[in-house]
Amino acid sequence: MQIHISPHDGVPIYQQIVNQIKYLVSSGRLAAGEELPAIRVLAEKLIVNPNTVARAYRELELAGIVEKRRTAGTYVSDQGSPLARRERVKILTDRIDALLAEAQHMGVAVDDVVKLVQQRHAAMQSTRNEK
Amino acid sequence: MHEPFPSSAPPIVEIRRGTRQFGNKTALDDLSLTVPRGGVFGLIGGNGAGKTTLIKHILGMLKAQSGSVQVFGLDPVQNPVGTLGRIGYLSEDRDLPNWMRVCELMRYTQAFFPNWDEAYAEELREAFDLDGKTRIKNLSRGQRARAGLLVALAHRPELLVLDEPSSGLDPVVRRDILGAIIRTIADEGRTVLFSSHLLDEVERVADRVAIIHQGRILLTAPMDEIMETHRRMTLRFGQSLDRPPSLVGALSFEGQGAEWSYICSSESSQLRRAAEAIGATVVGDDALTLDEIFVSRILS
Repeated sequence: MQIHISPHDGVPIYQQIVNQIKYLVSSGRLAAGEELPAIRVLAEKLIVNPNTVARAYRELELAGIVEKRRTAGTYVSDQGSPLARRERVKILTDRIDALLAEAQHMGVAVDDVVKLVQQRHAAMQSTRNEK
Repeated sequence: MHEPFPSSAPPIVEIRRGTRQFGNKTALDDLSLTVPRGGVFGLIGGNGAGKTTLIKHILGMLKAQSGSVQVFGLDPVQNPVGTLGRIGYLSEDRDLPNWMRVCELMRYTQAFFPNWDEAYAEELREAFDLDGKTRIKNLSRGQRARAGLLVALAHRPELLVLDEPSSGLDPVVRRDILGAIIRTIADEGRTVLFSSHLLDEVERVADRVAIIHQGRILLTAPMDEIMETHRRMTLRFGQSLDRPPSLVGALSFEGQGAEWSYICSSESSQLRRAAEAIGATVVGDDALTLDEIFVSRILS
């Protein structure tokens, strides 16, 4: 599990861990049922306070991304669960809100943004098909 | 890590209104500080702020001229046996006996600490790649710091005190030292107190921070709280200003024209209301690094 902490980007360290694990899960690099490193192991590897890792794991558990099992380990949840679905929608909603805010600043109408999204989707599909 | 730390157990270090003067220079100025049991406590401050003097009072190497210092509930000057035997200490100048070999240093230090763990000491020696036959004076700067750390750790102290542990060291040795800090507190109930001017390091490993400046504690709080309450709020005013209006909770400001950034230390929502009340629009609300918080606290 590759996580990189950058001290100068103004995002709290626990949040950086949360964001990166969410990304690893949603991109499939961490699969359902996979075990996350123990808190102290990850803390030592990243050189961060164990409480910070514990806080990140708690947030991920609340968001339904991971679950604690009776054997004391922390595992990636089955992403079909309603909590995990809600989390995916939330990540996308945040991105869309930022996109819409920017479009508004630049005076671009919502319909044009939607058209642009579809165009980009088509462009990505065609490059994928060429490969 | 079975119970949340810092726990509600009695504090490891309790300084009440400690004062210390050297000639006419005040090194500790009516300073009070509590270090709770468990976790990593980061002491930050500029050169000459009083960090080393404070640490020497905790170790009983200096006695407060007024006020009290208690470590494990004991006075370290009157009861050095009851305190020093439970503390591991790495000094800033790593004052180790130069003429000794590494293995001699280990045996020598062992004699002072009944709890010395021989197997652990040997494990650390191997992990730090220290040759027992090398004389201390021939060690590189980094190896010398590792030797100092080894003898500070091998009796598994309840309190580990590190004065500027990373200063002048390369990233590999720094990693060893920070790793040792994390391993030390991951063992239940143990406490680390370290001073540093490398604030990104403190931000990573400390649970709790105290800012010391001119012999006084300016701020002491859990790291999360400090990071959450300090923000950079950027405001846009209706017209260009030479000097922006003051804002409740603002420590400092900078900017020009109609856009000014304030470094603030209170709830975001409260600041937003204050900004709106003076007719400004909030155009940015960002988290700060510990470095930025430190600088604004020292200058304000």
